[in-house]
This record gives sequence, C-alpha cells and structure tokens, in this order.
Amino acid sequence: MAINAADTVWVLISSALVLLMLPGLALFYGGLVQRKNVLSSMMHSYVAMGVMAIEWVVIGYSLAFGEGNWFVGGLGNAFLRGIDPNSVTGTIPTYAFIAFQGMFAIITPALISGAIVGRIKFKSYIAFIALWGLIVYAPVCHWVWGGGFLTGEALDFAGGTVVHITAGMSSLAILAFLGKRRGYGVDSLKPHNVTLTLVGAGLLWFGWFGFNAGSALAANEIAAVAFITTLIAPAAAGLAWMALEWHRLGHPTALGFSTGVLAGLVAITPAAGFVTPMAAILIGVIASFICYEAVEIKAKLGYDDSLDAFGVHGVGGITGALLTGVFASVGATGLLLGNSGQLMTQFEGVVLTIIYSIAGTLLIGFLIQKTIGLKVSESDENIGLDKTQHGEAAYNI
Amino acid sequence: MKYLIAMIRPERLDAVKRELQKIEVNRLTVTSVAGYGAQKGHLEIYKAMEHEANLLEKIKIEIAVEDVFLQPIIEAIKTGAKGNDGYIGSGKIFVLPLEDAIRIRTNETGPDAI
Repeated sequence: MAINAADTVWVLISSALVLLMLPGLALFYGGLVQRKNVLSSMMHSYVAMGVMAIEWVVIGYSLAFGEGNWFVGGLGNAFLRGIDPNSVTGTIPTYAFIAFQGMFAIITPALISGAIVGRIKFKSYIAFIALWGLIVYAPVCHWVWGGGFLTGEALDFAGGTVVHITAGMSSLAILAFLGKRRGYGVDSLKPHNVTLTLVGAGLLWFGWFGFNAGSALAANEIAAVAFITTLIAPAAAGLAWMALEWHRLGHPTALGFSTGVLAGLVAITPAAGFVTPMAAILIGVIASFICYEAVEIKAKLGYDDSLDAFGVHGVGGITGALLTGVFASVGATGLLLGNSGQLMTQFEGVVLTIIYSIAGTLLIGFLIQKTIGLKVSESDENIGLDKTQHGEAAYNI
Repeated sequence: MKYLIAMIRPERLDAVKRELQKIEVNRLTVTSVAGYGAQKGHLEIYKAMEHEANLLEKIKIEIAVEDVFLQPIIEAIKTGAKGNDGYIGSGKIFVLPLEDAIRIRTNETGPDAI
C-alpha cells in the first residue's frame, strides 16, 4: 500500500506525544518520593529513554515485529536490517512505525520503576530494564501485535496487556528481591511534593492521546474514537476515585484525583478504539473502584509497591483488558453484543501475560541478584539514592 | 530548665524521633538547616567543575526540658543520631540554661509550661 500523508503525520506526532509521557512519569513518580530520592526516581524514566531506544533499534523491534514463530520474532530485522526510507508498514513509512512502537518499549519498563524507588542500585536498574525489554516485553509484544499467537485474537488497542499488565505484574514480582523500603510502615515516607505529581499526571494524560489515538496508526475515525474515550474514561475515573476518598476518608485529595485519572487511562488503553464514549465512562468508573480497593488491600498485605505501579497499572490493565471483552462494539464485538468468546479470549491473554511476566521478571531478578546485586546498602538507602547513586541533590540551599 | 539544641544528619531524624518516643518525649521542634563542622563539607563534582560544597544539609532539633529529663533525652538523641556506625558528621548536642517558659493559651509559666 502507498504511504498516506495524513496517517504519517498523525503517527509521527503521536510518537512525540508518547515520549512526553516519560518526563510526565518522572514528575509523577518524582513528586511521590522523599526529598532524598527525587533525582534517582526521575532518572529511572530518563535513562529508559536512552537504554530502551537504542535496544529497540538494535534488536527489540526485530524480536517484537520481525518474522518469527508464535512466541517471538526473529533476528531478521536486527539493527533495522532490511528497512530503508521507502519501506512501508500499513499506510505509513516503516521508520514511523518503528519510532512509534519504540516509544512503548521505552515507557513500559519505566512504569515498573514506581514499585522499586529508593532502594535499587542504578546499574542494576539499567541491567534490569535492558533484560526486561528482551525477555518480557518483546515476546509479549510479538504475541499480541507482532504476528504471534494472540495477534488478531485478543483485543488490545493500545497496550493494556502488552504495556500495563506486563509492567504491573513485573512490579509485583521484582519486590520478591527488593522488599520494602526501610522504615516502611514506621517512618514517614510521605510524598515530598504533590505539585510535581499533578504536573506529571497532566503530562501523562496529554501524552496518552498519542499513545491511544496514535495506535489507530491512521488519521481516521478509529483514531477519533480512541481520542474521545481517552478523554472520557480518565475523567470518569478521576471523579470516581475522588468520590470514594471523599466518602471514606473525608477529603477529596489532589493525589487521589490524579491517581484515579491514571487508573482510567490505564483501563481505557486496551479498549480505546473498540468502545463508545458511554462505555468509556463505565470502564473508567469500574477501574477506579477496583484499583482503589487493590491499593488498599496491597497496603494491608504489606507489599511496598511504593508508587502503586502494580495497584494502578497491573490491576487497571487487567480490568481494562477484561472490560474490553465486555464492551467492545466498534470494529469488534464483546459480551454485551452476545460474543462471549471474546471475553474468554481476553481472559486467556490476561492469564498468560500475568504468568509470563512474573516468571520472566523473577528470572531476571534472580540473575541480577546473583551477579551485581539489586539492593543498595542500608546506609546508602538511609542517606538517599540521589547522593549515593548520582552524587547530586535535587534541592540545594 | 534547659534548652537543648541538637544538630544531626537528616537521615537519622526518624531514628531520633523513635528513640524520643520510647522515653515518651513527644514535643520537639525540627528545622532543616545547612552547616558543617569537623567534617568540613564534601567535594561535589558537577558538570566537570569542582565545587567545594561546604554547606551540608543538617537537621536542627530543639527541645525545652525539665532538668530531670535532660540526661535520658541526651542519651536518646545520641542513640538515634549515631546509628550503627557513628562516623564523622554525626552531629552535636548543645545544652543551654532556660530562664522561663510561658504557655500562651493558659499563662502558665516555668516547668508547667514546657
């Protein structure tokens, strides 16, 4: 097929929008940690832009989208071999497609960093995301989008499974090695600056229009569907979270609203181009309720998923993937239109992704633990990672 | 009555608070300050330029105490501020005589107001 100019423009702009989610994520997480860990938390997002971008063009793209088997792509496109400026994917230049998909490969491991702030060695984090991109992300991406066994079966418009379930479940798994922050449940580990978190949440939402509507890979009516649902679901989810907090704790917090927005964004991701705006409201509200409970239960169980990477991305991703099987009505049919098979397919995709993400992450965690170690020393953790890992301070007198 | 000022490492604040709570001292004022002592600050390398960053972040704790509580409080702060290692820069405690104290709401004065 020939290159379509409008489609190309939209995908290129969307790619840039998705990259803007990284500073957004850095601010979102950076505000939630203590003063002594601000830069180290933000660097988790920023260094992902370096490591994952290079990994993607060297080998990641080939493993995810190259010709391969049911499980993983081959090495045929390693170093982007066989692709030139005239290559076309769908109606856009292949380079545009690679760039757009590369943004997803960048942000997904960065999401995991929210679970492990304040206690992972920087070099171990780099090793972790590099291995995770190859062992977990690339295969799952291949399953769902790249010609693997779930392609064309499970509905995942923009990455509820590929991005959010993989990142969320891996967040939970890596805690097996990193445990809690020192002082968890004893000392004050309150967010040091919620204003940063709110700015971050705003940037994430803005970038998410590229993430979801860009996933149409065309400037067409499906992109518009994904765009409006990306506006509506987070709005409903933010309000629902705020209402829950107001009712249960007495105050509608800014942090609660922005967490709700994020849960709504995660949940609408797999459904974005498949559902109507009215269904998006329901998806947002349901996801907010479920994530709210998940965050509470997780705290009671003593998991220090510090910034709710599992509670929001894992649980929100699962909720969204299953609800896509219920509400799909645009270009696909879900349970409400009598297609119960779709919900089963969604369920299968979710379960396999959960199992695979956890297993892969445990393997990577084990390898790093046995070689360079994962966790910083007690004294480094007390002093803070900004000073001990980076030799910098976020705030100086 | 005594007025006690302690300078400690920021990362030891939670431990000091815990030690003070153990002996049921639950009134203190904390300020984030900068300074240096025997440790003479430290050298920071930033964008290839060396900065003699003499001022280090410290926490200043202030507590007004009745004389009988003075020693236990000093011990508690020492325990909390030192941690397991107690290397250079662990901080100092200053003890000052305190002339009077007044609780604004009730007009109580002296030890009753502390």
